[in-house]
Amino acid sequence: MTSSRAQETMTDAVEATDAVEALAALESSDGHTPTRHTLAAEGLRLSYDKQEIVHGIDLELPPGKVTMIIGPNGCGKSTTLRGLARLLDPSGGRVLLDGEDISTIPNREVATILGILPQHPVAPDGITVTDLVGRGRYPHQGWFRKWNAEDDEAVAQALAVTHTAELATRAVGSLSGGQRQRVWIAMVLAQRTDLLLLDEPTTFLDLANQVELLDLLTDLNRRSGTTIAIVLHDLNLACRYADHLVCMKAGDIVAEGSPKEILTAEVVSSVFGMRCDVLIDPVSDTPLIVPIGRHHTTKPE
Amino acid sequence: MSAAVDAAAFDVGTLAQTRARGRVRRLSVAGGLGVGVLAVFALSLMVGAAVISLPDVLSTLAGQGSRNTNYVVLELRLPRALAATLVGLAFGLSGAVFQNLLRNPLASPDVIGISTGASAAAVLGIVGLGLTGLAISGFALAGALGTAALMYAIAWRNGVSGYRLILVGIGLSALLLSVVSYFMTSAQVTNAQDALLWISGSLSGRNWNQVVPLLLSLVVLVPVTMVLGRVLGVLGLGDDTARGLGVPVDGVRLGLIVAAVALAGVATAATGPIAFVALLAGPIGRGLARDGGPALLPSALVGALIVLVADFLAQHTPFLPNLPVGVLTGAVGAPYLLWQLARTNSGGQGG
Repeated sequence: MTSSRAQETMTDAVEATDAVEALAALESSDGHTPTRHTLAAEGLRLSYDKQEIVHGIDLELPPGKVTMIIGPNGCGKSTTLRGLARLLDPSGGRVLLDGEDISTIPNREVATILGILPQHPVAPDGITVTDLVGRGRYPHQGWFRKWNAEDDEAVAQALAVTHTAELATRAVGSLSGGQRQRVWIAMVLAQRTDLLLLDEPTTFLDLANQVELLDLLTDLNRRSGTTIAIVLHDLNLACRYADHLVCMKAGDIVAEGSPKEILTAEVVSSVFGMRCDVLIDPVSDTPLIVPIGRHHTTKPE
Repeated sequence: MSAAVDAAAFDVGTLAQTRARGRVRRLSVAGGLGVGVLAVFALSLMVGAAVISLPDVLSTLAGQGSRNTNYVVLELRLPRALAATLVGLAFGLSGAVFQNLLRNPLASPDVIGISTGASAAAVLGIVGLGLTGLAISGFALAGALGTAALMYAIAWRNGVSGYRLILVGIGLSALLLSVVSYFMTSAQVTNAQDALLWISGSLSGRNWNQVVPLLLSLVVLVPVTMVLGRVLGVLGLGDDTARGLGVPVDGVRLGLIVAAVALAGVATAATGPIAFVALLAGPIGRGLARDGGPALLPSALVGALIVLVADFLAQHTPFLPNLPVGVLTGAVGAPYLLWQLARTNSGGQGG
């Protein structure tokens, strides 16, 4: 990057009035409008230790949309996400990135298009927020290239977007759960990919932080057109924040579409083996699942 | 202009500043350690049965020494000091790579059996086959590599987890120690003495025959390790995160393990296993660097400094017999290992 270009982006940052505008800057400073990369699974089979977890699914992430993958524990939703992100080699079928078998594309090249935040990332002892977020620049650097102004800019914007700029010099170990999760999101944002996969990013967060995080990802999706796929446990938040909902059971996709269309009481009870009422969320006009257990219910069996 | 604007503008600038500060810090840590290494190195060329002044040492190094200083400096002290420095570098670097790779401060070649493997092979060579000199070194290196391969094979289960590798290593280490004991008890007294000196790690009598092969190996191994080691920062975020960032995790890890084993192997081959240097250097190096990174260079320099200082003290402390350097490093390292183990237990996990 030339210095005048760096100057220009500095000015961009100055003109930004808040984190949302930093997002807009993130879009423009990428130098291109998102090219709408596509990610799809074709007859994808995934196994651990020869035990098949996912039984040949076909799935296409709608470009520029937020997809949520839901399902009971052990249904293979996290496995599917790992498969899509080429963290797990398929035992059958393929994952296609822009129509090409992802296993034939160099790892590092994939990493400039597709970012993944796994379920249990590890923060090394003593690492600061800035250092951690900076490691998201790895795929852009190569074995010998030095850190440059574009890296600085990407990190600064990732920090601004996730409201973690004021934590920049803190040690990651000293942060609260919500702050730490935002820092990890900043790390994958610094990677600057058009596709973003997140495995249960709201686990261990309180309700306010869950909503805040999903809002942030929605901002990102709307401003930069990032295609996002999230594995989420909370059905109601998934329904509210998903453009596209994928419902899995025992290693297969059983329903797929917009939350309003697919999430009926029948689907929920067949997938989760639990009776429920489905109401309309008064805030978002999306399905609201109210579980019915054996106790504390006025309904007859 | 709102406060948020300042925050955003402030940030690109502060980031650059923070990184500049980090760079200055890294340079000064490495520089400081480098000066320390040079100072002790110079001291060990000067001090001995006869003290030679620094100017005399320097002129001897430049090829203008007397016959006397030529012999003492170039044939006796220089190879020994070089051996100490190189072995320390190799152990320090090897330990730091292992500790970062396996994400465990206990993971160092002397704890997980690599050095014991080298010792067992060397003792077999000395006692069983009556080998001397370079042949012992070759045996030791083969022992280190063989042990590592065996360890890797036993620990392998669809990939290698750090914790399993450490436990397997400790088990193998115990097994190999019994092999060492068997050969020691069944050996002739003179052979046993040689073997004992070797397995306690000694720099005495090191000459160019050990130093040259060591130097040549390190010329290859150190740069390879440093380049591969650039990935350690990302590997430290967990395998999935590293893969997501485009690191070919299994290949890089295998490469780093081979490099680290070879480093520990060539060092052990030259001087015997100098106890706990690899274990100690990493944490001290990381403590000095304090950047959450792998701190390979500081760890390597700390390793060199530890061995140089320990050997200097082992030779020149008044009222002490002339000790093998490994005894001295062991006296410092063992309590540290105990402390680390106690801390590990109270935390309930390694690390």
